[in-house]
Amino acid sequence: MSDTKKMNLTLRVWRQKGSQQSGSFKEYLAKDVSPDDSFLEMLDQVNEQLISKGEDPIAFDHDCREGICGSCGFMINGNAHGPQKSTTVCQLHMRQFSDGDVLNLEPWRAAAFPVIKDLMVDRSAFDRIIKSGGYISVNTGNAPDGNALPIPKVNADEAFSSAACIGCGACVASCKNASAALFTSAKVTHLLSVPQGQVERERRVLSMVETMDAEGFGACSSTGSCSASCPKDISLVNIAKMNKEYLKAAFNKKPETNLEEGV
Amino acid sequence: MSNKLDSKIPSGSIDSKWKDHKFKMKLVNPANKRKHSVIIIGTGLAGASAAASMGELGYKVKAFCVHESPRRAHSVAAQGGINAAKNYQNDGDSIYRLFYDTVKGGDFRAREANVYRLAEVSTNIIDQCVAQGVPFARDYGGLLANRSFGGAQVSRTFYARGQTGQQLLIGAYQAMMRQVDLGNVDLKTRREMLDVVVVNGQARGVIVRNLLTGEIEKHEADAVIIASGGYSNVFYLSTNAMACAVTAAWKGHKRGAFFANPCYTQIHPTCLPIHGSNQSKLTLMSESLRNDGRVWVSKTKNDRRHPNEIPDAERDYYLERVYPSFGNLAPRDVASRQAKFRCDEGHSVTPHGEAVFLDFRDAIQRLGEAKIAERYGNLFQMYEKISGENPYKVPMKIYPAPHYTMGGLWVDYNLMSTVPGLFVAGEANFSDHGANRLGASALMQGLADGYFVLPYTIGDYIASNKLEKVTTDHDAFKEAKDATEKEIHKIMNIKGDRTVDSIHKELGRIMWDNCGMSRTEESLKKALQQIPKLKEEFWNNVRVPGAANEINPELEKAGRVADFIELGELMCRDALERDESCGGHFREEHQADGEAVRNDEKFCHVAAWEWNGTSKAQTRHQEELKFENVKLATRSYK
Repeated sequence: MSDTKKMNLTLRVWRQKGSQQSGSFKEYLAKDVSPDDSFLEMLDQVNEQLISKGEDPIAFDHDCREGICGSCGFMINGNAHGPQKSTTVCQLHMRQFSDGDVLNLEPWRAAAFPVIKDLMVDRSAFDRIIKSGGYISVNTGNAPDGNALPIPKVNADEAFSSAACIGCGACVASCKNASAALFTSAKVTHLLSVPQGQVERERRVLSMVETMDAEGFGACSSTGSCSASCPKDISLVNIAKMNKEYLKAAFNKKPETNLEEGV
Repeated sequence: MSNKLDSKIPSGSIDSKWKDHKFKMKLVNPANKRKHSVIIIGTGLAGASAAASMGELGYKVKAFCVHESPRRAHSVAAQGGINAAKNYQNDGDSIYRLFYDTVKGGDFRAREANVYRLAEVSTNIIDQCVAQGVPFARDYGGLLANRSFGGAQVSRTFYARGQTGQQLLIGAYQAMMRQVDLGNVDLKTRREMLDVVVVNGQARGVIVRNLLTGEIEKHEADAVIIASGGYSNVFYLSTNAMACAVTAAWKGHKRGAFFANPCYTQIHPTCLPIHGSNQSKLTLMSESLRNDGRVWVSKTKNDRRHPNEIPDAERDYYLERVYPSFGNLAPRDVASRQAKFRCDEGHSVTPHGEAVFLDFRDAIQRLGEAKIAERYGNLFQMYEKISGENPYKVPMKIYPAPHYTMGGLWVDYNLMSTVPGLFVAGEANFSDHGANRLGASALMQGLADGYFVLPYTIGDYIASNKLEKVTTDHDAFKEAKDATEKEIHKIMNIKGDRTVDSIHKELGRIMWDNCGMSRTEESLKKALQQIPKLKEEFWNNVRVPGAANEINPELEKAGRVADFIELGELMCRDALERDESCGGHFREEHQADGEAVRNDEKFCHVAAWEWNGTSKAQTRHQEELKFENVKLATRSYK
């Protein structure tokens, strides 16, 4: 761990009391910041000072602080999760910055992610996309032996790479259209890469895309900013696969008959 | 001795207990299931898997979590893997061996029947997860791959790179979201449980705070499951996420659920060392790294040479030296203590503070950098981000940190607490790991409880008990809601000078110094003097800004810290009363060559504490442990 000198930074933070109020930037000084502190630990210190002065601390979502839960995330000088590639803001450390830096912090901006307070946004639209089909329908207790169905290593690895998405929303925030195509396609591709996911593949992609659109996310225009800002390096290939899958499903769509009614 | 604790272990041989018990349990017929409701607190592995399975069965489930989405639960951060007795490697594994390893790993302080059931259903868990599409690691033949974990001499750990917890959680989350879509599960996010409502001696509901509006809500059900995780954050610095708290379990405790073995805490050997006073948490480096990494310190005290300049002959690979048969894969409690001993002797590898090396040089020479990157790439990346050092070139610096708590609410074989209708699952209960948990067994237990145990035992409870209809208009709900509001009002109106974090840090210091990796009668008595003073300081001098009827993270933290202070006191009392060493509970007075020395004559039991009200100390009850299958013996990994 480095023994470098402490630094001082200026933060311009978006403050917004609630979703119905308007917000604005407010300036704060972060003093004596250690380069070994994480970005959120630096904000903790700013908040400790605000509380001591009787002011309202800056609200931001965070939890595991290991880059895996996907809770944290905001823009630092226009970059989702800040300047370091493949890194969530909780894993971003202050050694990435220099004494005297001025940093603008603002929440994810997207119609489908309304601001709750300050840097916190409502990402429940992601849950609703998963709810609409991002699963394999198998009840507990119905499973055959795990090795009954071999899965080629490449497919398993591919499934994992897509499934590594943490649902933080950086892709949406970085996209000029606020599209959720990367998030949605990562789940579509994950379940498409394993044999267990084949049965529902058409229904799944149609339903998830429909929900994504209904939630107010924009269309994908393939600029690639989503993947570039993704802390887990989810590939743009996922979107191409989803589009292909969607097209196929849209043409193949068969009318669903409810057999139960006849029973 | 108490007759209050009936573990309800079924009779019969160890391998037939669960099978027979399942058959004897009463069933709720499918049409009636939808008339019954279950509340689940927490949607990590245990909670989400229970919600999905109970929803599939047809119960009306209400699931609550403090997070904005169930996918944020801290189960997501588990790295290394999940154990299962599949014996796919043909290396001699069996249900009995997993059972044996777990009982021994827990230093003979777990209930045999529960552990056997855990080992028994472990294989179903893997099958279930594969069917859900969990992308476990596979070999080139397309079959599931395994790795080794501490405390076992077989390879039975299934994994998904270093993100096994994430993949299993997402599997359970997706299964639950399917039930949300089908209308069987009502998911309520950003809600914190602040009380259990007991009507006629049965748990019939909860009081929760809506974290966005501050509203105090009442919810009723036929049974309540607490699956709210562990309490390592009592130490302030731990590998737990920031929101991990004892609060839900503690509120259950205050309503009559006994709290078992609070002093059993696990200090994980491989975490990043502390770097400064602003630090908010400690980061774990998966135990799986000990498959290929070698732990060492310099034989010379205060050696300040660069690690790569210290020749092999001058290195002390102390785990390999002390435990030749398990080597670097010694169990967690043992490996942690050895690291502490080395640092106490002056062999710490960092000038300020404490650390030992975890070195991959030999593995990289043997397997190549690419193979190591494939196995541990994301962990190496995480290490570099935090420390600023490249572990492919320089050995990692690691040190033990609070990670998991084996103690928790006491439950019987059916996972029901001492409050009828209040069930406890996952890390929040005490049941399966004794005094030390083996690596890759937490994910196994969480999913075993949620997928394969609770769906049966809750059905039996509902079918066997006449549950009268209760609405939230009942006086018990009003009383609980009023009490919750009063407590929040009290905290908001202290308006003192100290931030919540500053008090939490002080509590953490007291707990780590006196009730941490090793404990003495003296240190525990000291802590028992300090904690009441800190409690007084909290209730007179804490400052919570803002209002109660809005988003207020400081208020949330304050409530959690108030509970941690009370828990901390109980942990110290429990550790003091348990005048022996076992597993993670290391009393310095009871050791032989640095190994824990148990006292089976006096302490072969579970200690479960009964709440007697704020002004009176808890009462200690005992559940005797019988070892009929695994012979009580001194644990040896040498």
